[in-house]
Amino acid sequence: MPAFSCAFPGCRRDLLVIVLVVFVGIGLPIEASAPAYQSHGTEGSHLTNITNTKKAFPVLAVNYEHVRKPFEIALWILLALLMKLGFHLIPRLSAVVPESCLLIVVGLLVGGLIKVIGEEPPVLDSQLFFLCLLPPIILDAGYFLPIRPFTENVGTILVFAVIGTLWNAFFMGGLLYALCQIESVGLSGVDLLACLLFGSIVSAVDPVAVLAVFEEIHINELVHILVFGESLLNDAVTVVLYNLFEEFSKVGTVTVLDVFLGVVCFFVVSLGGVLVGAIYGFLAAFTSRFTSHTRVIEPLFVFLYSYMAYLSSEMFHLSGIMALIACGVVMRPYVEANISHKSYTTIKYFLKMWSSVSETLIFIFLGVSTVAGPHAWNWTFVITTVILCLVSRVLGVIGLTFIINKFRIVKLTKKDQFIVAYGGLRGAIAFSLGYLLSNSHQMRNLFLTAIITVIFFTVFVQGMTIRPLVELLAVKKKKESKPSINEEIHTEFLDHLLTGVEGVCGHYGHYHWKEKLNRFNKTYVKRWLIAGENFKEPELIAFYRKMELKQAIMMVESGQLPSVLPSTISMQNIQPRAIPRVSKKREEEIRRILRANLQNNKQKMRSRSYSRHTLFDADEEDNVSEVRLRKTKMEMERRVSVMERRMSHYLTVPANRESPRPGVRRVRFESDNQVFSADSFPTVHFEQPSPPSTPDAVSLEEEEEEEVPKRPSLKADIEGPRGNASDNHQGELDYQRLARCLSDPGPNKDKEDDDPFMSC
Amino acid sequence: MGALQSLSDEPEYRELAEKTGFSFEQIGILHKRFKQLSHNEDMLRRADLDTIPDLACNPIRTQIIEAFFDKRNFHQNGDGTVEEISFEEFLVVMSHFRPPALNMTEEQREKVRREKLRFLFNMHDTDNDGTITLEEYRHVVEELLSRSGALGKETAKGIADAAMLEVASISMGHMEPDEFYEGITFEHFLKILKDIEIETKMNIRFLNMDTTTLCNRDSSSIR
Repeated sequence: MPAFSCAFPGCRRDLLVIVLVVFVGIGLPIEASAPAYQSHGTEGSHLTNITNTKKAFPVLAVNYEHVRKPFEIALWILLALLMKLGFHLIPRLSAVVPESCLLIVVGLLVGGLIKVIGEEPPVLDSQLFFLCLLPPIILDAGYFLPIRPFTENVGTILVFAVIGTLWNAFFMGGLLYALCQIESVGLSGVDLLACLLFGSIVSAVDPVAVLAVFEEIHINELVHILVFGESLLNDAVTVVLYNLFEEFSKVGTVTVLDVFLGVVCFFVVSLGGVLVGAIYGFLAAFTSRFTSHTRVIEPLFVFLYSYMAYLSSEMFHLSGIMALIACGVVMRPYVEANISHKSYTTIKYFLKMWSSVSETLIFIFLGVSTVAGPHAWNWTFVITTVILCLVSRVLGVIGLTFIINKFRIVKLTKKDQFIVAYGGLRGAIAFSLGYLLSNSHQMRNLFLTAIITVIFFTVFVQGMTIRPLVELLAVKKKKESKPSINEEIHTEFLDHLLTGVEGVCGHYGHYHWKEKLNRFNKTYVKRWLIAGENFKEPELIAFYRKMELKQAIMMVESGQLPSVLPSTISMQNIQPRAIPRVSKKREEEIRRILRANLQNNKQKMRSRSYSRHTLFDADEEDNVSEVRLRKTKMEMERRVSVMERRMSHYLTVPANRESPRPGVRRVRFESDNQVFSADSFPTVHFEQPSPPSTPDAVSLEEEEEEEVPKRPSLKADIEGPRGNASDNHQGELDYQRLARCLSDPGPNKDKEDDDPFMSC
Repeated sequence: MGALQSLSDEPEYRELAEKTGFSFEQIGILHKRFKQLSHNEDMLRRADLDTIPDLACNPIRTQIIEAFFDKRNFHQNGDGTVEEISFEEFLVVMSHFRPPALNMTEEQREKVRREKLRFLFNMHDTDNDGTITLEEYRHVVEELLSRSGALGKETAKGIADAAMLEVASISMGHMEPDEFYEGITFEHFLKILKDIEIETKMNIRFLNMDTTTLCNRDSSSIR
């Protein structure tokens, strides 16, 4: 940041923090004193209208009222984001304190500031929360939900979500009612239903808080998906219990029929929500099948269908969160097969962006609302609530795990249980639900205070201490592993193996049903929802291409190979020994010839074809990247050539072609409606093509031959050396020679200086 | 019914239980299944396993069936294949898919992991030379993709080559251009798959209760 360049790196950061604080300090009084402006504005314009003949034309006038609402919203969001920016500039702080805590503190400060000024701080409006702030976070979570661990543990998750939440609600409600019966507390006016209502509000684990805290501790996948899945799926229970008790507490009595209806309602709410979500998900997938000509609006379909799913289910009082999750999960595999890579990136970044903004705003508003909200403090009640929350959670988790472990293949250890129990954070959903309580509840303020205290406790105390506890208990962390083709092959292999062994054993287990679902999916569903011929493409190939794509992108961006690969291993190291080797002398001869003849051609072609390999969209963007690529190539010449060799052998997924051109292997990155089909010819057979005279001729040939002009081919690469070393054409030597040519590091070293394309 | 039957064979089962780690009920159920598959004979043949309808659409069924008849999986230090197996050998092969116990030490888990990975390795290393060569790996990938229809050999070859290169890169680090990477040894295999946590993944649920009679599987499994 040149504007802030200082002698010491630290002072840059401090400057920015100071700027932020000043900004905040100025921003708030503007908003707070907003009403003052409006009267001036309108008055002013009136005056000028009436006496227009005398007054000069108003060159500059202030009309704040005109832009008030959007201005305030934008300013709030901007301030929230600047705060977030500020935290990350202070590394020591962000390592110790989770972001959510800091944001709440900022909210408290802002709320305090506003109160000091004398204005009324805005409270987190429940409507705003549920309709605008929550959906992006849930959609982000649902769309990127890791399906495999989720489905493997769905039974456990459901048990925790449903039974665990019910247990929490009733345990807390019941005990609090018992507490209120004690005379000394002074709350004898609280009846059982009100307590149960309170219990149901405060018992649900909150996805926003869990996401915010767990994201930073990188815990192992199993525990993460358990807590996170629970926080998502308990929404149905919360909705039903809340509505149930809200209705009942107005009436005052409960009958058996009501309880039965409540149970039925639960199933309706949860399954209905999932159904609504799934319907919209399929609609979105179907729509994405036809978007090949309007790529720009693809992301919007994803967002809008999901939001509609949420709103539709909220309309019917079904579980909106479950609808959103179902929609994201259902549509993702099909949409991702249909949309372009750029749309995928757009979706990813927009979701992350919106969920980040929402989360930030939620926590800040929580802080502000704490300052603003009406409070009724009762020491006993609040403290008991906090303690009971913890106790009921721990008891619930232990009890349920005991039962669940009887049914799980891989049992949950004590450490897992501890983290699941300790990670049950409460958050803004509880607050909003509390805020939604109508004012007829005489205990509303007390409840709100208690809820806020619980939220603060869980977010601050549990949120801050969970990281050192995870370290202390040496809980398994998430493995940061690069996608490995071997792992992917073996994961799929294992799936089939386990399905097969289950078949031998004779009972229909987990893998059997998964296999059946996959087959159904492939034969019927994919046909309708995936554009072009892609639906036939098996997962392994899709993964393989994605991986190569990622590595290629990494290559272009960083100019280095991913660290997995060392520099010298190439195809020839692993070729079967059956191919006879050339004597060393012969090899030298070949090398010399190649070196002599290949000077410019090979280099240029390779650089051009190489750059097209790694870049997959033939836009103008390519040119920029091409230049960058050539630059980095110069730096990492040797390794680059190895990478390219690697890729030339990897990316042999063949394309659909009319005339089999020998010796050509085409490279494709993304399907984009391409068809994969086997090539009829076996491994590389060579004919004698006309040697390309100039690199331009080669590239023209490339262009002509391409069915889709975007995709490059290795043809140029292979033809070059071969064309020039036309003397040696013994069949059995060809492949090996090819390998040697491509792995030959010789010409590269001489090339750098005189290659005209290598212009910086 | 199942429980009574197993109790009557108890001494035999006890020895098997000790060897393989299954419980008596599980052994009883598996014995029933064995008898069902082998048409009440003592020995099971390849043809018997071929008749299982669930395996019909499995892309790697030949390898799975072979694994049952592979002497290396019998824990008796033999090698080669046999034509028919007894119940004990059937059980030993099945025991590779038992989940690890809840309170195992780290080295016990490591042992379990090695055992399971050894099973997988044996499945790939068909000529039993201790290494998975490029051809064998290509064959594995081809079989995996064999159900996908049109894509066939070229793709499989590309993927297998890529995978092999990855293994070589991870295990060998640096190699001269004229050095030759023979194949994936067991140690390399362990290394590349160490992140998968095989001991939690390569398990199936073995029934403790006899539900086969309830589901009327007897007639339907052998068509």
